Amino acid sequence: MKAPSIGLRRLAALVLAGALAAALACGRGGESTSSGAAAGGGVGPIAVGHFASLTGDTATFGQSTDAGIRLAVEEINAAGGVLGRPIEVISEDDRSVTEEARTAAQKLIQRDEVVALLGEVASSRSMAAAPEAQRAGVPMISPASTNPKVTEVGDYVFRTCFIDPFQGAVMARFAFEDLGARKVAILSDFKQDYSVGLADFFRKKFRELGGTIVADERYTSGDIEFRAQLTTIRAAEPDAVFVPGYYTEVGLIAKQARELGLDVPLLGGDGWDSTKTLEIGGKAVEGYYFSNHYAADSDSPKVQDFVRRFEAKVGSKPDAMAALGYDAAGILADAIRRAGTTDGPALRDAIAATRDYDGVTGRITIDRERNARKDAVVLKIEDGRFRFFRSVPAS
Amino acid sequence: MEQFLQQLLNGIAWGGIYALIALGYTMVYGVLRLINFAHGEVYMVGAMTGYYVAHALGLARQSSLAGLLVVLAAAMAVCALLGATIERVAYRPLRSAPRLAPLITAIGVSLLLQNAGQLVFGADPKFFPPLLQAREVLRVGALAVSNIQLTVVATALVLMAALQLVVMRTRFGRAMRAVSVDAPAAALMGVPVDRVITGTFVLGSALAAAAGILVGLSNPKIDPLMGLLPGLKAFVAAVLGGIGSIPGAMVGGLLLGIVETLVAGYLSSTYRDAIAFVILIAILLYRPTGLFGSEPAEKV
Repeated sequence: MKAPSIGLRRLAALVLAGALAAALACGRGGESTSSGAAAGGGVGPIAVGHFASLTGDTATFGQSTDAGIRLAVEEINAAGGVLGRPIEVISEDDRSVTEEARTAAQKLIQRDEVVALLGEVASSRSMAAAPEAQRAGVPMISPASTNPKVTEVGDYVFRTCFIDPFQGAVMARFAFEDLGARKVAILSDFKQDYSVGLADFFRKKFRELGGTIVADERYTSGDIEFRAQLTTIRAAEPDAVFVPGYYTEVGLIAKQARELGLDVPLLGGDGWDSTKTLEIGGKAVEGYYFSNHYAADSDSPKVQDFVRRFEAKVGSKPDAMAALGYDAAGILADAIRRAGTTDGPALRDAIAATRDYDGVTGRITIDRERNARKDAVVLKIEDGRFRFFRSVPAS
Repeated sequence: MEQFLQQLLNGIAWGGIYALIALGYTMVYGVLRLINFAHGEVYMVGAMTGYYVAHALGLARQSSLAGLLVVLAAAMAVCALLGATIERVAYRPLRSAPRLAPLITAIGVSLLLQNAGQLVFGADPKFFPPLLQAREVLRVGALAVSNIQLTVVATALVLMAALQLVVMRTRFGRAMRAVSVDAPAAALMGVPVDRVITGTFVLGSALAAAAGILVGLSNPKIDPLMGLLPGLKAFVAAVLGGIGSIPGAMVGGLLLGIVETLVAGYLSSTYRDAIAFVILIAILLYRPTGLFGSEPAEKV
């Protein structure tokens, strides 16, 4: 009595498995024909993945790049898309957590089968996800990760921003030459590759120029109390303090520094570029400087045009992250167009061949290390706004 | 010397916040022999309540001492209610269960509040409105004392003094002490044990809410996970002072804040968080009852 019932169950299981396999095979077949048609000018959208910090400690970064990417894609699609197909952006939130970035990239590559990845802003998170892109042979373009190690992960990893050695040197030269500072203190975030890297290159360049680093203090992302380090820095009597961190901490650091009577300029990098710096820092960040990828108040018509369209769509001024997201998506679309296909290797080669791309963050050429070569700007915080102070050419 | 005094002041202000949270741990442990691991989350809810109340009442834009007091009172009231609810829902039904059960529900409540917090408040950090505009009130050489640090220290001291009065001078305080010594015996003497326990949670949670407001005032970044680390640190402070002892929690909190600040100021901030737990291990190894704790009397 028992044996047949088991047999039946087994048969049912077999039939079910067979049906499932058939369904899967059909799915695969259907897909391969559609992508075959794509190469010949099909109509299905081209899926592009964006993994970003849409929530969490650096949420404004992810939200800004996402808005920039979506504006670029909307414009590209309105102009007929690429290879006759529209681009579809699939965004995945990594909650500003390094470990989540890898999972997000994996999801986009495996579940959504994207042809390319855009992201992340934070270098640590780009470095967590880049091996996934490299292994899958899916090109990845980071809009704003400035740590040199990011593109060293592999030949499928690119970026559309300048790198930290350049940015660190820009600020060291700015401190030494423009501010006349000879003694500088550094307060860096030892949990972020970005901040550590920027501090290293700043330190090196500033010493080369003949200045001294009088204090070298650290904090950890997520910290809220910095008075201990700031008191030590104050005792060293620096002419300026280099704080290459992200905006959440920078605002608090500025506040606590002023409270302790540390009234020398704070200097930073592009991690300051968020309206949150102004919101948190308020009056405390007035008169401080940071290096950045672009200035929204630049008089270039191309920038002004972009600012107008962004404001019309999103309702706020685009920060550098939005502009970099916009350019990253633009470079990707341009590369797909030139490659004539969405195949990983061909697309990779096309991105690598990008020369003098006319973006809103400047003229972008991808060099042999897959980094973008372009100018930097120094912004000053004045009357609660970021103002263009000076531009520094790519050396 | 001035630098040392400055670090000391930074440490006292920071430690005052730990002390307020530690009091909640120690009081609940005193009456229930339970570590209320959801306590750090009560502190988070306190800060969040302050944020929303300040915005709702339009206190966020202008800064005034009266506004601060209103926000403080509102947050303390909300958290008192939350503390009583947690006790009623998660701990009272397990009063007679083995010790491990309420400990696990405590962790459960903590996780529930963290995640519910992310759902309700959003995962983004928020910035506590400047209820007081930072201003230097005293300057001796390089020693700068701001009104914010002064307010933090003063509020913490006033609240601790008030608690000491409640515990030592009121009927409720006497009942609390009685329950903490021997709950069944206190019940036989007519002490309403359940009500005393609820009252203990109310007091502890209100103090945690005050700590949340003080953090918002001096370190204005708040988010749903902000209770995790200070909660653990305050627990360490309570153990350091001798868990169950109210003066112990105050001293433990202040001491931990000062040590952390000195470590960050003179060694490296990388050791800041580690040092708290090194202290915990050392205390448990060499003086398990803490600085103010006494050997429990042998019960026969």
